[in-house]
Amino acid sequence: MSSESERGEPADGEWASAGDGKFGRYGGQYVPEALMPAIQELTDAYERYVLNNEDGFMDEFRRRIRDFGGRPTPLQRADRLSERYDTEVYLKREDLLHGGAHKLNNALGQVLLAKYMGKERIIAETGAGQHGTATAMAAAHLGMPCEVYMGERDINRQRPNVFRMKINGSEVTPVTTGRGTLKEAISETMRDWATNVEDTHYVIGSVVGPHPFPRMVRDFQALISEEARRQVREKAGRLPDSVVACAGGGSNTMGSFHHFVGDADVDLFAVEAGGSSLAVDEEEGVAPNSASLSTGTEGVLHGARTKLLQDHDGQIVESHSVSSGLDYAGVGPELAHLVDEGRVTPVNVDDDAAIEGFHRLSQEEGIIPALETAHAFGYLHEHHDELGDVTVINVSGRGDKDLDTAIEETAKRDVANAPDMSMFEGGLR
Amino acid sequence: MSDAVDDEGDDADDPAVDDSVADAFADGPAFVPYLAVGDPDYESSLAYVEALERGGADVIELGLPFSEPIAEGPTIQNAVVRALEAGMTPERFFEFVEDLDVDVPLVCMTYYNLIYQFGSEQGPRPFVERAASVGISGFVVPDLPAEEAGPLREACDEFGLHLISIVAPTTDDDRLGTLVDVSSGYLYVQARLGVTGASSSVSDRTGESLARLSGVDLPKAVGFGISSDEQAATVVEAGADGIIVGSALVDIVADGHERGESTESVADRLETKARELKRGALDGYGRRPPAPEGTSD
Ligand SMILES: Cc1ncc(COP(=O)(O)O)c(C=O)c1O
Repeated sequence: MSSESERGEPADGEWASAGDGKFGRYGGQYVPEALMPAIQELTDAYERYVLNNEDGFMDEFRRRIRDFGGRPTPLQRADRLSERYDTEVYLKREDLLHGGAHKLNNALGQVLLAKYMGKERIIAETGAGQHGTATAMAAAHLGMPCEVYMGERDINRQRPNVFRMKINGSEVTPVTTGRGTLKEAISETMRDWATNVEDTHYVIGSVVGPHPFPRMVRDFQALISEEARRQVREKAGRLPDSVVACAGGGSNTMGSFHHFVGDADVDLFAVEAGGSSLAVDEEEGVAPNSASLSTGTEGVLHGARTKLLQDHDGQIVESHSVSSGLDYAGVGPELAHLVDEGRVTPVNVDDDAAIEGFHRLSQEEGIIPALETAHAFGYLHEHHDELGDVTVINVSGRGDKDLDTAIEETAKRDVANAPDMSMFEGGLR
Repeated sequence: MSDAVDDEGDDADDPAVDDSVADAFADGPAFVPYLAVGDPDYESSLAYVEALERGGADVIELGLPFSEPIAEGPTIQNAVVRALEAGMTPERFFEFVEDLDVDVPLVCMTYYNLIYQFGSEQGPRPFVERAASVGISGFVVPDLPAEEAGPLREACDEFGLHLISIVAPTTDDDRLGTLVDVSSGYLYVQARLGVTGASSSVSDRTGESLARLSGVDLPKAVGFGISSDEQAATVVEAGADGIIVGSALVDIVADGHERGESTESVADRLETKARELKRGALDGYGRRPPAPEGTSD
């Protein structure tokens, strides 16, 4: 593991096989039989193209994510936050990646892989719309038709991203079941996949779903920690004491952590959405949070065994977060495993702290973060003295998509550090 | 049935393997209807399942509603939502099976998380034990491919229950072997790709699938999209040992619920529809060429 981390790349042969898809007790392939041959085909393609660079796949991916995507993203020292918290704070600026979030790393990787596999159509689910947008952009870039499923509620929360997907030529299909958020969108995309599996690739947007998705998505996102590890050594002259990232499904988290997992002295914090409360209302079948790592229990959802928000019977409960990208009842199996192993510390902050984090980063550093990302800054604010002398925080995405929600959510509560909101009544429209 | 069942068959405590499923397929094509249990409410649902038996059901698949039914189309998804809203739970499901007054074998169709979470210990055993105690004969679990089925297969063997696997049009010969190894009772042959739902034509791929399965020593019941007697006949003529019908029946329940029809009248319509489908299956059987190589073109 350490040699892998050293070079920011796997040692030859170390990853030659896709493995069995298990992370300790988590992972696996719990999908309808109709999908199994496609999943086997994908596992094979992952092994050949991603792990073994067949036909120069990884070279092409790295070239495109550089030229089209804008990598490497900077690691910026946050001067004012460093001063405020009396600790060195470094920001990994995934918000500067094309599309405005880390999501492009994975979307471009998978759409390119689909092309190598000879697939003709791309489908994806999206919560915040960032993954949908990234997939729509990658599909337009590579000339593939694309359909994106999005919960009705999320469509209303994330209108700018819906428009971005559409102008990139993707179809956006509203999902009306359940509460109309990410969980429902994933189920609906799996249904489409089961129908059109022979020519369609499903670009899953996080480190979730059946094997090989959790590993493959992590590998595409691991560019984040590959760069950050090198950059922090250059800038701070040492490895960080801690790495902090927000966790919905966990893709920016796993991407930020991967090349640090072997560094025992680096603490890894996955910040979940605490929503309005950590309790689960079994009667109502809702959890007013999305903290599946902190409060969830083991179960099987969307193709993998992992930690889930569920009731006593095993029915999946509806989650909640101000940020639609974190609003999901499950989490990646590898992250669940690393938490069980004690390698990753799951923490959470509530909606209020996230909104404050949103305003603080905007005011103090001139960076308007996504509400997802804002959770990581909420955590920094509340727990900076537990993070050591050097901290890397992943700025998973920018907040342009969230301005309407930020106005609405700020107006709803007493936010000490918000600007005067009275002139925004009625939103931006 | 799978070899695994017989491996330790000399243990005197082993429960007898349920023969009722094999019997249901023994003479003539079997009609296997599906309903979501508790849709739209517990009492009506009891009446509906009993109506299916009167209409000629040979095996009945009882859906235990799960909140994320990823293999289900809109018809059954909506039924699942109605049933959950009316308070259906795994324990209520088992009570339902006990309350049910039918003689045909009952198969529980549900998703793995409910099986896994049931009871005090995690894992499938408590669920299977409870299912066996109320007289369930087997399971269909759409999100549990052969690769992940080991623990459930083991529990089924322990309690003498069947694990019925779904064979998809995309299942190749390699996978077929793995799948047959963990299966017993019958094979659920998925007539077309996609999710459950009634459709107007039966896919050509059904015949292909049946031909590929001709060497497999388990009854083959075809499902996904069958909604009429004519389709039932076509599928049986093509070599199916049974037909599975879900959405077309759930549609009748949904329709009756929406129009505020009485439980008796919906039950009557279900019974009539069941009769029609069963007759279709028998007609298809009669049309079969006498040779055992019964593939249509
Ligand atoms: C900016 C941003 N950060 C984080 C997330 C959460 O996803 P993940 O946990 O997979 O990184 C999303 C999801 O849409 C997002 O848009």
